[in-house]
Amino acid sequence: MSSPCRASLLALALLAGGCDQMRNDPRGHPLPEAPPLVSTVLSPLKADPRSEGYQNNAYQVSNGQLYFHWMNCTGCHSEGGGGIGPSLMDVNWRYGSTMEDIVQSISNGRPNGMPGFGGKMTAAQIWQTAAYVRSLSQHVPQSIRSGRSEGLSVAEPSTLRDPKPYRAVTPKQDEATVK
Amino acid sequence: MTDLDPDLARDGPELTGEELHRRLTLAWRRPAGLYGWLSSTDHKEIGKRYIVTAFGFLLLAGVLGLVMRAQLARPESGLISADRYNQIFTMHGTTMMFLFAVPVMEAVAIYVIPLMLGTRNTAFTRLNAFSYWMYLFGGIMLWVAFALNVGPDAGWFAYTPLSGPEFSPGKRVDIWAQMITFTEVSGLAAAVVMATTILKQRAPGMTLAKMPLFAWSMLVVALMIIFALPAVALDSGMLISDRLVGTHFFNPYERGDALLWQHLFWFFGHPEVYIIFLPATGFISEMVATFSRRPVFAYPAVVMSLIATGLLAFGLWVHHMFATGLPRLGYAFYTAASMTVAIPTGIQIFCWIATIWLGRPVYRVPMLWVLGFIITFVIGGLTGVMLASVPLDLQLHDTYFVVAHFHYVLIGGAVFPLLGATTYWFSKFTGRLMSEAWGKVAFALVFCGFHLTFFPMHITGMLGMPRRVYTYPAGMGWDTLNLISSIGAVILAAGFATFVVNALVSMRHGRVAGANPWSAPGLEWATTSPPPVYNFPHIPAVASRTPLWDEGEDLPVMTGLRVDEREHLTTTVIEAIPSVREPSPHPSLWPLMSAIAIGVTFVASIFTPWALVVGLVPSAIALLIWFWPKNSTVPPEPTIE
Amino acid sequence: MKRLALLVALLAPLFALTGCHGQQAVLGGGGRDEALFGGLWQVFLIVTIVFYLVVLAGLTWAVLRRREGGEPVVRTTFYVWVGVISLTLIGLSIASWLVDRTMNRAPYTGLTVEITGHQWWWDVRYISPGHPDQTLRTSNELHLPVGVPVQVILKSADVIHSFWIPNLSGKQDLIPGRNNDIVVTPTKVGIYRSQCAEYCGLQHAHMAFDVTVEPLSTFQQWWGDGLLPARVPATPEQKAGYAYVTTRECATCHNITGTPATGQVAPDLTHFASRATIGAGTFPMNRGHLYAWLADPQQAKPGNKMPVIGLEPDQLHAVAAYLESLK
Repeated sequence: MSSPCRASLLALALLAGGCDQMRNDPRGHPLPEAPPLVSTVLSPLKADPRSEGYQNNAYQVSNGQLYFHWMNCTGCHSEGGGGIGPSLMDVNWRYGSTMEDIVQSISNGRPNGMPGFGGKMTAAQIWQTAAYVRSLSQHVPQSIRSGRSEGLSVAEPSTLRDPKPYRAVTPKQDEATVK
Repeated sequence: MTDLDPDLARDGPELTGEELHRRLTLAWRRPAGLYGWLSSTDHKEIGKRYIVTAFGFLLLAGVLGLVMRAQLARPESGLISADRYNQIFTMHGTTMMFLFAVPVMEAVAIYVIPLMLGTRNTAFTRLNAFSYWMYLFGGIMLWVAFALNVGPDAGWFAYTPLSGPEFSPGKRVDIWAQMITFTEVSGLAAAVVMATTILKQRAPGMTLAKMPLFAWSMLVVALMIIFALPAVALDSGMLISDRLVGTHFFNPYERGDALLWQHLFWFFGHPEVYIIFLPATGFISEMVATFSRRPVFAYPAVVMSLIATGLLAFGLWVHHMFATGLPRLGYAFYTAASMTVAIPTGIQIFCWIATIWLGRPVYRVPMLWVLGFIITFVIGGLTGVMLASVPLDLQLHDTYFVVAHFHYVLIGGAVFPLLGATTYWFSKFTGRLMSEAWGKVAFALVFCGFHLTFFPMHITGMLGMPRRVYTYPAGMGWDTLNLISSIGAVILAAGFATFVVNALVSMRHGRVAGANPWSAPGLEWATTSPPPVYNFPHIPAVASRTPLWDEGEDLPVMTGLRVDEREHLTTTVIEAIPSVREPSPHPSLWPLMSAIAIGVTFVASIFTPWALVVGLVPSAIALLIWFWPKNSTVPPEPTIE
Repeated sequence: MKRLALLVALLAPLFALTGCHGQQAVLGGGGRDEALFGGLWQVFLIVTIVFYLVVLAGLTWAVLRRREGGEPVVRTTFYVWVGVISLTLIGLSIASWLVDRTMNRAPYTGLTVEITGHQWWWDVRYISPGHPDQTLRTSNELHLPVGVPVQVILKSADVIHSFWIPNLSGKQDLIPGRNNDIVVTPTKVGIYRSQCAEYCGLQHAHMAFDVTVEPLSTFQQWWGDGLLPARVPATPEQKAGYAYVTTRECATCHNITGTPATGQVAPDLTHFASRATIGAGTFPMNRGHLYAWLADPQQAKPGNKMPVIGLEPDQLHAVAAYLESLK
């Protein structure tokens, strides 16, 4: 879809119902707080009604950006480009790219070194961080992505990049790509 | 039409009266119906639209103010949530400053100035229309966003980094910044129109030294707008760029500077308040002269004060930044400059009081507003002198003391004169007078309500209450004072409501006014109320500052303009010697079309930078059609061999 | 009508002369600068009231009694007026400059406090030059020794805030990317309140802290006590709270010295219970409000960065018991 077409559709969406995108709702959306889903990698995760609310709201994504730094995700993933941990900005997803998958990754951890934050972060914080992670590969609407952070410049601004396609890889394949 | 005697193609001693009126109306009227309404280039229509729209925004922002006062009436009130309150106070300030205060002054000027100068229309009539449409679209965009919960919430001044991409996520601040662009373009267009009209289209004999004081104030203001508004346009452009494109103008970690925003904003922001205040001084000068039945005392001093204020206003902006840690010797300079600007204002106050003293004053409603202005504005000016001092400001900055100060100077210094001027020129706009009795009621309510609301804020600020807080703890000593302010706000609102109802009812049922119900001296009173579409049947000529008092019924006129083609007279800049007959543009839909094209481009560019490229095409087409040279529709008049 | 208005206007400024004292008030406080400020304020107030009365008198005179043809008198008065206001403004500028200069000549005796502003709390570090192990970190409170000039270094972690203790001195902004500083010299023992004075976002209204000015010996005692690690939990309930706080969500963000809780991004809780308020001035420190805060921090301070944990009732009791023990 061309940019102007997308832009006008975005504008219409914003006008029609996009007010939700800008809502500053500190309690998270929707209520009430509940523990994140727990499930094994193999069985398919059911779609959670919270995922739309978190990944379509600017306030939640920006809170996720905050926790991404506070919980030291940058220690392994740097600003999304990866380092010790895999890149969060590229097309490769080892453990799924949906909100539910990412929430499970953050909550339970994953093999090969991703720690679990389940008891260390609240459910709302994990959902917010997951929303931010999805925004790193531009999978949240452009109107709620941040152009840049108030810090050192690390990459081309998110608002100017297109969403990355999804490619499921195994960890070995992912590492092979990087090397 | 074609069988007319070619000698009668211009107004003159032969062509006068009913026949002249018929032919001028034919030439100057606009098409009927919606098409004509949308394509109008008549400054009176544009002026009326501007005034109505600006007052609409005043009422909207005023309601927001009432809501804020309702929230702050009690400590720890849960009436309004924090997020909603932050949007409300941002919208209140933004609407009042960008969508009401400056546009309403331009509005009254657009209506009154051509009449006051004795010309048929402004210069650049289509640019005038364009200015209104851009203003309307910017205001609509902002308020639609607010209604959809996407309203800006970073304050009307939107300091970075709070308004930057990380701390103001989403589109809220982008919409605010783009609204600035709309009002920028609109303001600059109106300023160009105003400056050109005042400099080049005055009545023959109206030298700069004989020009009415309101025209002088609008001239100074137009030039100030041209120098000040680009600073905030640049600022908001840089902010949008930081937020959407990822530049680092305001990012200190990448060699930008968070304070750069403040410098550029206040370089605009301080002249802005004088852009609001100086037209109000023009209103006061006109009303004081009329109702004291003598010209303003020391006209040259008032003119020099206007010019001095306009120049000095550009050297004060750092007094908004005394707490930011800039070098102190620099601060001392800005203290001195801020004090200095009180001198020309003090001179003007003296001249007005002297005019009343030397004259034979009549206390109609506009004069009451003048008195209210002096009583109120001077308090605001004096608290301004206090705030100019660095040690005092470092305590009082960002407290309710400042809120009190600027409401005293803005409401006392600009809104009171505006309400007086609206009453004064109402008969010229509509042909009827506003009710005197209800005008006095409105004045009393507004005056008492205003002081009850804002005087306690001086004390609240000194007791330590900061600004921009959605609630405050109980037991700080602020409770009663806030409650008093909130009660006052209700009275103030009742006063405004009375004024508006008076205006609306008087439009239909007010006493019919003649051409000059106040026996005023200015040229705008030399024509009917409301004026015909061509303003004056013959262009008046003046020989003094108060033509209607000196010439009375025998106002000399200059004849010779064409009657079957739109034409006005251009005169020289200083001496107002007639120089050329200038064609005046016909009504055109293309200012509206251009405003739509450019407006859509601006709004879409919030969402994608491609909009600027794509939007260039319809904008260019609309502008091209607008500017395309047109042939005259009427055959050229025969020349004498 | 006009007379009433004039009367109201004449009396109104007297309002301003009533005492403006209070916990967060600008006058009558306890700082070295306060005396200077108070003096300058009085000068300005008196001068401005006099000028206002002169203008009102002129207006009243013009409205009530006027003479035609008095132009020469008016002209002379005009020149006098311009001269008087010019000289007065020059005088006020000089007075202001002299006071500002004096205020900025405070001697520095070596006590430095570094304050970093966050949305919406204050990170406070007491620095002892040459003794890095004596650095005291606390949050949302300030203790100052009476009579000692303190250099407060002001940094910001996010947006622009403003440091302002009205009773002690003027304000100074905390601007990211700039290191501002201000010297505060308290002269009177007491407890004062400070509030952020630059709009910094959603909870700007709830970003305050208490300032305790005390004798030097008390202050040094406080500093020494503050350097001690957190108290060991004594009762079983406190131990349960300790277990929760140090292993669950709390430890991710908060620091309690001497325990495994070493988060750096939220207020330091080592001596939490000794503070006067919870949540940077949002609640007074007492059991009821502590429960309210722990159960739902978003109720009182919606949008602040502490999430709703979702504590079970027994966890709530345990955590509250433990935190109350952190004196």
